[in-house]
Amino acid sequence: MITAERKPFDEILALVGDKKKILVAGCDTCVAICLTGGEKEAEVLASELRIKAEQDGTGAEVEHTAAIRQCEWEYLDMIADKVEAADIVVSMACGIGIQSMAEKFEPKLVVPAVDTNMLGMPQEHALWLERCGACGDCVIGETAGICPVVRCSKSLMNGPCGGSHDGKCEVTTPEKEDIECAWHLIWERLKAQGREELMIKNRPPKKWNLSSSGGPRKMVREEAKLV
Amino acid sequence: MTATEYKAGTNLEKILSEGKFAVTGECGPPKSADGSVIENKAKMLAGYVDAVNITDNQTAVVRISSIASGYTAMQNGVEPIVQMTCRDRNRLAMQADLLGAHTLGIHNCLCLTGDHLSFGNHPEARGVHDLDAINLIEMLRRMRDEKKFDCGEEMDVAPKFYIGCAENPFGDPFEFRAIRLKKKILAGADFMQTQCIFNIPKFKTWMEEVRAEGLHQEIKILAGITPLKGVGGARYMKNFVPGMDVPDEIVDRMAGVEKGPASHAEGKKLAVEMIKELAEIEGVAGVHIMAVEWEEAVPDIVEAAGLLPRPTVA
Amino acid sequence: MADADVKAPAAEAAAEGGAAAPEAADEAPKRVVDPDFEPEIIVFACHYCAYAAADLAGSMRLQYPTNIRMIKLPCTGKLEVIHLLKAIEAGADGVYAAGCLEGECHYLKGNLWARKRVEHVKRLLEEVGIEPERVEMYNMSSAMGARFAEVATEFTERIKALGPNPVRREGVDAHAAAREALGGVAMPDDPVPSAATSEEGHAE
Repeated sequence: MITAERKPFDEILALVGDKKKILVAGCDTCVAICLTGGEKEAEVLASELRIKAEQDGTGAEVEHTAAIRQCEWEYLDMIADKVEAADIVVSMACGIGIQSMAEKFEPKLVVPAVDTNMLGMPQEHALWLERCGACGDCVIGETAGICPVVRCSKSLMNGPCGGSHDGKCEVTTPEKEDIECAWHLIWERLKAQGREELMIKNRPPKKWNLSSSGGPRKMVREEAKLV
Repeated sequence: MTATEYKAGTNLEKILSEGKFAVTGECGPPKSADGSVIENKAKMLAGYVDAVNITDNQTAVVRISSIASGYTAMQNGVEPIVQMTCRDRNRLAMQADLLGAHTLGIHNCLCLTGDHLSFGNHPEARGVHDLDAINLIEMLRRMRDEKKFDCGEEMDVAPKFYIGCAENPFGDPFEFRAIRLKKKILAGADFMQTQCIFNIPKFKTWMEEVRAEGLHQEIKILAGITPLKGVGGARYMKNFVPGMDVPDEIVDRMAGVEKGPASHAEGKKLAVEMIKELAEIEGVAGVHIMAVEWEEAVPDIVEAAGLLPRPTVA
Repeated sequence: MADADVKAPAAEAAAEGGAAAPEAADEAPKRVVDPDFEPEIIVFACHYCAYAAADLAGSMRLQYPTNIRMIKLPCTGKLEVIHLLKAIEAGADGVYAAGCLEGECHYLKGNLWARKRVEHVKRLLEEVGIEPERVEMYNMSSAMGARFAEVATEFTERIKALGPNPVRREGVDAHAAAREALGGVAMPDDPVPSAATSEEGHAE
């Protein structure tokens, strides 16, 4: 799923500026599941903004709402009245939802209240770990179902590097303690599968043009297009 | 052996090819535009080592570029081995820089992945990692042997490089380490320098695996040595340097002498003992002395280890 | 009342282990305490413990400030971030949750969740420029009538020292607003808490 983290409050305040009618718009899909930008969190941010506005005497009015999926226009239709009435929309959706909102209601001012950060797996309640980089050239069929692009700190195609120690990556900071060495995991799982030879052969350089290095990507399903 | 049979014809390649025990050193460029630092380090090492590694933004800290520093070293009497990491350049920049290094007369290159940016002084930078070290070795080998760029396009004049790689015999998973060396040999590495060795028994175990696969006959292995200045450095490497294995007896030995001239002397003595022990191991073709910011210790160590004079090759 | 009252919040903050403790100690003496300020304090009380403890305090004829107004909850675990924020937004000068002793929650961990949410609200309040000491989490058992009175007194003194909530809205009843925000979660006021049946307990 797509995960996001809320921006620092001061940054949101700076984006809001002196706008008077503020709509905090959550999204009830991915960002709600990761407890960052669903309706509940939109209500909390709206309350915070009101408490701040009250103290500062700005007279700003803050409301909240949420779209079922902010990335799809038909769901945006359902909150269109509230959006039209606002001077600014503070979106708590992922980067896709925020842009979808900005595009649908152009030139309405739409700003993000979250930083979209990864495609993560919920490891346990309230803990997400990055699992996919959407690189457009999946290699995990040969790496035991473990992605070296985002799970190896150096995106090695032929790991592990010399910094792998006791199954842990050399990159260990207070914020990122105990990162598992992806290539150690790959080696162990390939052994368990009896497919070590996949790690003994040299993997060629990755085709990064299939990821964002190749420019914005586009996907069309001709057979499914409406006629 | 005639010159035309060499892959690059460097001093290092010739010494190793003739089966002579090689000695390489290491020199870190400064964190400023002061090129005299390299001049001085090069002059200090000239005549005591066969070639010297010039690090490439080591520990992800910005310094004078390895190729520019390598050129300075060369002008001051030492053959450079320029290091190139995959962290700071994409495949275009790497190929361009390698062509440039060749035109400057630099023909040894050590291919590395590079320490992660989070260790250095620009942690917010974008890590490139377009290729990994094995991809880089293969790209360089194809440029040299097939006159081809990474994309497959041909070039008129191929860059000549003696291709090196690094391996950490103490990294995990231990059982994979010899296999990883084999991967680098397959990619095209000619010589390999190891991470600093302090745990000689573990290194010997690793070398047994290397010999069992016959890898020592396919690549020249230089054992890495770091002379310790005192117990502080030993403890730091034991506890804070990724992939380092420093046994307690080494720490205890350094702790047993007073910090200063006594510990310096003990550190050099320990390095000499280790070089002698490593040189006895079948498949070890030389030593790589990494005296980090203590280059002046190298001449004493090389002399005491009985490795002088350094051989001259035609 | 000056000395003892002014010191209380700092000591309380220190006792709570908050990082704000030294700051509170520095700032407390600078505050001008209005002796006539009577704060409005909302207590979210679990009916298994704090609510019953309040009743016991009453039976024991213990004195505690009339500033506190209670809202009964089936468990402090039902309390969400927005409920605490809404109380502050509606002008409450202080808000605290009073749940069972840790390890004694009728629903096992509701009081631990409440503590984490209260801590989160402290961070949110700090972001918006409100003293985080205005919200707190306390634990007690139904047998701790004296402790209930002590907490009510301590917290009231803390809020008196802090002064009024900067978000003081004329004509808004914070207690009613907090109850409204809770919706069906709040239980009806009942001065004599009855023993809950398991059906009630699992009705959520």
